[in-house]
Amino acid sequence: MKKLFGILGVLVAVFVLTAILEPNFLTAYNLQNTLRWTGLFGIISIGAAFVIITGGIDLSTGSVIALVGVLVPMLLVDVGMSLVLVLLILFGILLTMGIFHGVLVTKLNLQPFVVTLCGLLIYRGLARWLAGDQTQGFGSAFDGLRQLAIGRIPIAGDFGLPIPFVILIVLAFLSAGFLHGTVWGRYLLALGHNEEAARFSGINTSRMITVAYVIGVMTAGFGGLLFSLDVNSIQPAVHGNFYELYAIAAAVLGGCSLRGGEGSIFGVVIGAAVLRLLYNAINILGIPTQLEFAIIGTVILVGVSTDEIVRRLAARHELKTTRDT
Amino acid sequence: MGEIPLLEVQGITKRFPGTLALDSVDLRVGYGEVVAVIGENGAGKSTLMNILAGVLLPDEGTIHLDGQVQAFASVKQAHAAGIALIHQELSLLPNLSVAANLYLGREPARAGWINKRTLRTQALKYLERVGLKCDPQTLVAALPIGQRQLVEVARALASNARLLIMDEPTSSLAEEEAEVLFGVIRELQERGVSVLYVSHRLREVMSIADRVVVLRDGRITGRLAQESVTRDEMVRCMIGRKVNRIYTRKRNEPGPVVMRVEGLVTRSTKKRSLSFCLHEGEIVGLAGLVGSGRTELLRILFGVDMPKSGLVTVAGRPVELKSPHHAIAAGIALVPEDRAKQGLILDMSTQPNLSLGALYRHYLGWKLLDRTWENSVTKGMVGQLNIQGVQAGKPTRHLSGGNQQKVVLGKWLTLHPHVLLLDEPTRGIDVGAKQETYKAIDELAARGMAILLVSSESDEIIALSDRVLVMQDHTIVGELDHTELTEKALMQLATGTVHKSPTEEESIGEAA
Repeated sequence: MKKLFGILGVLVAVFVLTAILEPNFLTAYNLQNTLRWTGLFGIISIGAAFVIITGGIDLSTGSVIALVGVLVPMLLVDVGMSLVLVLLILFGILLTMGIFHGVLVTKLNLQPFVVTLCGLLIYRGLARWLAGDQTQGFGSAFDGLRQLAIGRIPIAGDFGLPIPFVILIVLAFLSAGFLHGTVWGRYLLALGHNEEAARFSGINTSRMITVAYVIGVMTAGFGGLLFSLDVNSIQPAVHGNFYELYAIAAAVLGGCSLRGGEGSIFGVVIGAAVLRLLYNAINILGIPTQLEFAIIGTVILVGVSTDEIVRRLAARHELKTTRDT
Repeated sequence: MGEIPLLEVQGITKRFPGTLALDSVDLRVGYGEVVAVIGENGAGKSTLMNILAGVLLPDEGTIHLDGQVQAFASVKQAHAAGIALIHQELSLLPNLSVAANLYLGREPARAGWINKRTLRTQALKYLERVGLKCDPQTLVAALPIGQRQLVEVARALASNARLLIMDEPTSSLAEEEAEVLFGVIRELQERGVSVLYVSHRLREVMSIADRVVVLRDGRITGRLAQESVTRDEMVRCMIGRKVNRIYTRKRNEPGPVVMRVEGLVTRSTKKRSLSFCLHEGEIVGLAGLVGSGRTELLRILFGVDMPKSGLVTVAGRPVELKSPHHAIAAGIALVPEDRAKQGLILDMSTQPNLSLGALYRHYLGWKLLDRTWENSVTKGMVGQLNIQGVQAGKPTRHLSGGNQQKVVLGKWLTLHPHVLLLDEPTRGIDVGAKQETYKAIDELAARGMAILLVSSESDEIIALSDRVLVMQDHTIVGELDHTELTEKALMQLATGTVHKSPTEEESIGEAA
């Protein structure tokens, strides 16, 4: 909870600062855009968080997004399959990929970094090959479906809540409920802290870790569907590039420890929002966009270092008080 | 013994919180002499070796080497003075070659480049000295364990060691490999290298040592010259400690058989398979020296490791022990040896730790956590086991060792298992918490649980057990009823001095 306030403070600070420096920041159009992107990136960040909580990492997110991005328009537009069938196929492919990652990590004992790095390379290659490196898109068809990504629910005046953001909020509540309210979530947190003790407590750790990788790929795939509907012009070679790093960054900012066991879903959502807000601030304040990565990197570093320092001070304080009593 | 010995130790004392590990120990090792140090688990052997090798500093006492006073502040200093410790767990780097391991950290080099040729010829010289015919370029990982031990010896020689301290060097060796090692030791002896040989294998000690020093409770209780080294004499010196009645319990009349283990063959089984059974309401001690296979047996019964063959039945039904969750579902629970690594999720608070093992069957619809149940279980266990210092949200890391152990125990009590396996349940916890743990174990047995208790403290085994199975070399070599339980009887069985076992292992099962 304390952690949540820290990252929330960062969010408010960046928001207020940008609003003061550039009043145009507060226009309905700008806010809607930022919220929409927060929604899209937040969804994939939640998946990344589940994998990170088990002590693993998923580097394949961006390539999964690219693969889904070329596959869906090709099947819908070029092949002319029905939407339901395409979604079923998509579900099957993603499930297989997730299980594949999980099994390689748990049964073959490969390192998650290596497994998902290979995923990153393989899926990107497949996406480019399938599309023949040609840009894919839905054209002017499927406008109804595209509302999932670009639509919004009118609130007041010009301002409407972007649908991806609404989806993110719903997903966040479901995920938080899963992580903190179910037996499975408890298992994930326990094995993330100490896999051996979790196994000695009767938890089927291999199965639970595989579940986490399936969640990771599923959210990446679902996010990928929305991303493709949003841009409607998917370049197989670059679509989704580096998105896994945004997702991991959001998870880490939101309080996930790469050592595993720790994480809060709402923290991750706020982490994703901070990243999008920074991106927006850089653009709107006229800071050279080449600096984007440098600024985001600095903010994450400062955030994580502060967190570590606070934790050490707290531990020292605790040691002192227990010694005094 | 008029001349100056290689090593002379006087009045070494070492205290650890709560125990006096060494109490003014004197020891002399002459040039080219093999001195064996024997003693029960926890007698202070390892502490003594660690002090000589510079790992630990003594609180009092002096160490003379060649008549010079030494104060080793580090392993490096002891090493430089010519003392090399060869550990129970080998300290070689398996992914490097034999030659590289021999000269690790002291590579013959010029301007940072390793001189491969010198390395090779030097390595060959020392490998020859330990009778090892292998290419110095071989990776250590490719060598069998017995040869690795010899590489360790060669490494010690390459660093000009004059005193080798060997801590249980044969614990993982086959008999032939051990013989080779003894041959090497004898040869070294002729070259004037001295050996301090720590073991609890009395037969080995008899064949290799010039003199035997017996430690018990941190004190030297016997010095035997080669002529007078007999098993009986060694055992007499090792035991004879006053047995404190650390806990008195009323023995129950054991009920029907709960768990039956038949013909269990493990990866370490050398000769005979394992068979035994546990009755309802019975505490069965599992005694044996370190490395006799007690923990391995518990790990198999809990489904952590797989046996090669054998049949385990619980409550009359054969169970497949493929994993801990299979074992738990069959009604078997384990309180593991390493609390921090295997027993607890230290970063989680008491409540999730207590409920973790039972979540697989206590949940609401949609696998939602049953918080009401969790709360009541936590309250119940904290009361029943008198767990101190529990606060909502406070990680179990901050509980004392005794209270942590109670949490691990409580985790399984929520499940009411048929069989409770306890591996060193009172290790590292204070006296008061020990008493409470004994009481808890006693009550569980009284309620009908079958308990298999592994402990290196013979007091504990004697005080609690209805029956004791003694293990040696990965098999059960004997069984003692609580009426015939004495430290001497345990020691004799554990060290292989006497054999008291049914003629056929199957007969244990039939007797039940």
